[in-house]
Amino acid sequence: MNSSIILSFSTASLLSDPGYYILCVVLASAVLLGIHFMSKVETAKRGNQISALAIALGIIITLIKKDILPVWLIYPGMAIGLIIGLILARRVKMIQMPQLVALLNGIGGAASAIVASFALITMYQSPEIFGKTTASLAIVIGAVTLFGSLVAAGKLHKVLPQKPVILPAHEALTGILLLILLGTVLLGGFMNVISVTVLLIVMLLFAAAFGVIFSIRVGGADMPITISLLNSLSGVAAAIAGFAVTDILLVAVGGIVGASGLFLTQIMCRAMNRNLMDILLGKTALQGKKEEKAAEEPVAKAEEEKEEEAKPADPVEVIKAAKSVFIVPGYGMALAHAQHLVKSLAQKLTSGGATVKYAIHPVAGRMPGHMDVLLIEAGVPFEDVYEMDDINDEFKDADATIVIGANDVLNPAARNAEGTPIYGMPILNVDQCSNIIIFNYDLQPGYSGVDNPIYDRKSGVWVIQGDAKDTLVDFLTKL
Amino acid sequence: MDLIQYILIGVFIVASVVGYLLINNVPSRLHTPLMSGMNALSGVTILGALLATATALSASNPVTSYIFGSIAIILAMINVAGGFAVTNRMLKMFGKKKEEKDEQ
Repeated sequence: MNSSIILSFSTASLLSDPGYYILCVVLASAVLLGIHFMSKVETAKRGNQISALAIALGIIITLIKKDILPVWLIYPGMAIGLIIGLILARRVKMIQMPQLVALLNGIGGAASAIVASFALITMYQSPEIFGKTTASLAIVIGAVTLFGSLVAAGKLHKVLPQKPVILPAHEALTGILLLILLGTVLLGGFMNVISVTVLLIVMLLFAAAFGVIFSIRVGGADMPITISLLNSLSGVAAAIAGFAVTDILLVAVGGIVGASGLFLTQIMCRAMNRNLMDILLGKTALQGKKEEKAAEEPVAKAEEEKEEEAKPADPVEVIKAAKSVFIVPGYGMALAHAQHLVKSLAQKLTSGGATVKYAIHPVAGRMPGHMDVLLIEAGVPFEDVYEMDDINDEFKDADATIVIGANDVLNPAARNAEGTPIYGMPILNVDQCSNIIIFNYDLQPGYSGVDNPIYDRKSGVWVIQGDAKDTLVDFLTKL
Repeated sequence: MDLIQYILIGVFIVASVVGYLLINNVPSRLHTPLMSGMNALSGVTILGALLATATALSASNPVTSYIFGSIAIILAMINVAGGFAVTNRMLKMFGKKKEEKDEQ
């Protein structure tokens, strides 16, 4: 580095090779510790700070060791990125979290793709097969992450149509594009037949096509999984870009993010009874069949039991009398921005002497854990929010359950309607509760397209249709 | 292949395995902050962006390199800074106790 724009003194000697590698191990371990801390509520904040500190230190030791500390031209970019990032983080509303994560994901993927492009351009005429192949791979993965995430973010932000768009021969198209992308990687790694600029453009075009086609057919319930998968991919892109520029810390942290992201995706798939491969290959839940009517026997039996007791006809009376009330929020609540009203409802009930608990399905919302964030932001006490496994046995003892904008996550058909898309998905045992009040936009089945037998129950169920914000206000005034 | 490339592959494998094993018992209520935190971590590609830009500045086409390099640096930095900051914001809400909430 002896160009005139680069100051000519070296900082690399300040940090010996072994010292640098030891620091890399320490920082990678700090990242692992940070992620580990993030798995408990009490330590989560500390965990995030540890990770952030590790990355900051990683930047500093990289600047020193790779002799780029005095290259002042890099600092304006860092400052601009820092400021934009912090403003974004401050301005975003919690309901917009899914699209922010998707957007940041795409941005990270783009950065990795650019880094790898630099590496490929530098090495293109050399026989560096390892470097060129990894660079090509990182370009492709980074660009797919970028375009896939942009489409996902656009859908979540309602800039793009939210309905899944399925092209004719969608699966075949996905497969062909994947093969072409693989071909471009081989072209970049082993051959030198076309100019690097042309190759980069070809890679970008096909990666864009693949990313768009991959995300555009995703709707509703598969969205959390897609975002999580793209999250994992952006880690993989970073790690592979790390191979291309021979940066050990980048490889380590990218690998950690890629693998843990993939596992998180699997956890989500399990919670939704979806197969990761199906999602990768483009089979959406929407293709599920509607014809199977949910087995209705258990519900019918429940009906008979219910009819023996005389029920008050008015849900308001039921709620007034209830001593223990469960609230089940779903994406409909988020959509209607009704979380503050839900909190008011809960407060009214608690001040009347009832206990209120929130039961959250692991994949409620557009992003796992999104409901928790929204409720807690609305000011709901953290202690009142329960995860499915912790509360599921208590539904039968609750006096009433209020469902707000949720359907599939409490559909008993998941237990016994074989062949439906939700069969086998763990659900909230709302149907075991004797009084169920459902606030929902309409009587249509949920995203899965499977009818919910609870809606057909003759007694103990009240469905209040309409926008949750309006219906809740109405309900609150009656209380 | 050079020794460093074998080392990189080894590091990648170890990091992936440990990362995979690590995510076992995360309660689902923390999935959103966790995802957003890991998303911030994937901005670690800032290291590559800094390195590649600095190297390319001494190459034949410094202006183009500088423009693209700066784009990469800016994007990666948005990813890192925005990701960690928003995760921190979310987790701060989780930390609040019941009494504080009631005062609001």
